[in-house]
Formats: sequence, structure tokens, C-alpha cells
Amino acid sequence: MSLKHHLIAPLVGNNPITLQILGICSALAVTTTLSTAITMSVALTVVLCLSNCVISLMRHHIPPSIRLIIQITIVASIVIVIDQFMQAFMFEMSKKLSIFVGLIVTNCLVLGRAEACAMRNAVLPSVMDGLGNGLGYSLVLLIVGALREFLGTGALMGVPLVTTVADGGWFQPLGLMQLAPSAFFILGLLVWLVRVLRPEQVERPEFRLRTREDGRS
Amino acid sequence: MSELLIKSIFQENLALAFFLGMCTFLAVSKRVDTAFGLGLAVIVVQAITVPVNYLIFNMLLLEGAWAWAGLPEVDLTFLKLVSFIGVIAAMVQILEMTLDRFVPRLYRALGIFLPLITVNCAILGGSLFMVERHYDFEQSVVYGIGSGIGWALAIITFAAIRERLKYSDMPKGVEGLASAFIVTGLMSLGFSAFALVTP
Repeated sequence: MSLKHHLIAPLVGNNPITLQILGICSALAVTTTLSTAITMSVALTVVLCLSNCVISLMRHHIPPSIRLIIQITIVASIVIVIDQFMQAFMFEMSKKLSIFVGLIVTNCLVLGRAEACAMRNAVLPSVMDGLGNGLGYSLVLLIVGALREFLGTGALMGVPLVTTVADGGWFQPLGLMQLAPSAFFILGLLVWLVRVLRPEQVERPEFRLRTREDGRS
Repeated sequence: MSELLIKSIFQENLALAFFLGMCTFLAVSKRVDTAFGLGLAVIVVQAITVPVNYLIFNMLLLEGAWAWAGLPEVDLTFLKLVSFIGVIAAMVQILEMTLDRFVPRLYRALGIFLPLITVNCAILGGSLFMVERHYDFEQSVVYGIGSGIGWALAIITFAAIRERLKYSDMPKGVEGLASAFIVTGLMSLGFSAFALVTP
């Protein structure tokens, strides 16, 4: 496993959201606009790299029986720093993200990578793995965020791209896109698209429906 | 009070309106009975941790909380994440030991889900919302119970739908995760109709 592999694999092939099903809560909640999605992606990628780095540095000194508590404490300390930083320098944005920066602590992606990669690998591959998974997560967030903001308001990053009906144009904004259900729909369709393009990602069914041909033989 | 209870169960459902606890929600919803056990555990843990975190936040962390010790300007609010997660982990551990001692059947039924609740973001999210919305003690008790019931209701319903969907013939690629997302979306759409429910 080369460094490049650690970085590239989580982008599409082993994407944390569409395949590993990790860190979905925040992925859905912060994607009403593109700017919140970008901020959250950057925050999570930074936390993931730092936590993987620190845990990988300490991996020989962490007793296995209490490793979860130690990992959570490390992650929580890093998240507190990020949270305080955002409140100090980007106050408006931290209000918009409300509790979701704090919830990075219990984001299963961070703990999952700490447990699966950082506890067993040297520092450099762990950081690369953190960066790769962070970027894979960001990719999904950016797609969902851009779709929801554009279809819901006709703007991207707050800059209007098409004139809406309210301003005398032709574009009728889809109010649904700003509400919770649309996030599920878009992510569901995205997973479908990925699995049509990459059929090997489909989970094995627990059983197979009997077809007519089966009955005859 | 009843208004807050209804609101936290339906309109502000943690799973379907705020996307909290989604990982567990998708992973542990293949069978109704396990979903029921997990839902029950979440209600209990949520009803205990939100009020306990309220007490800890207001008596130890808030600015001025140490005035009685002659330290009026100490502000420890930045410690809320670490202390909340510590409280949750400790509560889950205590609950686990109590259940093991007194209700071994329920303990065995819940199995691995009990420790997993520690990293369920619905639990931490409930406590963080309690701080952000400045609930008082009574409200935090009601909010803890209500949000737990809401989450349990969502996962049990979802598991029931999923059990039936298992036998449907879906196009390639939709079955499994993609269909789960779309069904959750439809449920969330349905739950937003509960906005009209008032006590």
C-alpha cells in the first residue's frame, strides 16, 4: 500500500460516505448551502489529519483496553480548538453550523479511521489516509451542497446564477431542496449513480428472489 | 411542557429533521426487534444524560459557576465537549452494569448496541441543543425524554418498512443503501407533516 493509494482510494473507490457509511449525520445537515458545506469539509479534513497524526504517534503507548476513551479525548481536544478558532474568526459561519462542529467528536468517520488506520500504521500513511478520507467526504459534501443550494435558491455561494421568478426571471426555486428530506433523496440518488458505475460496490443480497426459471429446473 | 414534548418528538425529530445518529440509524435497522431494543436504550440514555449534562454545565462550567470558591471569572464553557462525552460514556457504562446486574435479559438483548450509544451523535447532539437553546432543568428533562422517543419512533418505523422492502424487486444499484436513503427521505417528508400537530 503506497502513500498514493492511501490518498486516492477513499475518493471514489472506497468513499467514506457512499461505501463505508461513516459520518453521514453531518454530511446531510450542513449541505443547505455550498459555503457551509465547504467550511464543514475543511474543518473535518483538518480534524481527521490531526487526529490520525496524533493517534499514530501515540499508538505504541495506548493500552488496548482503554483505547476508545483515549481516542475520543484526543479527537475532542482537537475539535475544541477548531470550534474556538471558528467562533473567534468566523463567528457568522459558526452560528450557521450551530452544533455540528461540536458533533465532529462523535463523527464515526474520525473514530473509524483512528481505529482502522492510525492505530496500526506509521505517521505518514496515517496522515495521508486522513487527508484522503477527508477529501472523499468533502467531495460528497460539495456535490450535495452545490445541488441543494443551486436548485433551492438559484445561487451558488450566495451569488445568483439565474434570475428567479420572484425577480422576473424564469427559474422557479425548489423550496423542498432547502428542507431535510431533499438531502436524503440527493444522497440516495448519488449512491445509486456510484453503484451503477461501479457495480462491485453493491452489497451482497441476503437472499435471492426465486425466478420462474429456477422453479422449472 | 407538553408543547416541547410534542415538538421534540415530531417536528424536531433528531433523526429525520437534524440527521443525528444517522450511522446507527442506517446500520441497525434491518430487523424490528433489534431496532426496538436500541430505541429503548436511546430513550433511557437520553433521558438521563441531558439533565445530568445540564447540571454539570450550569454548576461547573458556566461563567461564574465557581464564584462560591472565590473564582468568579473562571469560564470553563470550552470544556463542554469533553465533559459531555465523558458523562455520556460514564452513564452508558453505569447503565450497562446496572442492567447486567438487575435485568440480565434486557442486557443480553441490547448486546453490542449499548456501548455503541456512546458514539451516537443523537445523544451528544441532544445535550448540545440543550445548551444552545438555553433550556432550564425541567425543560431539559422533557427534551431528553421527547427527543429519545422521537429517535426511537423513527428507527422502529424505518426498520418495519425495511423488513417489508426486503422482498421487493428493485433495480440494480438501488437495493441496500440507496433505497434506505430514499425511504428515509420519504419518512422525513411524512414527519414534516406533523408540524400541524399541536397539544
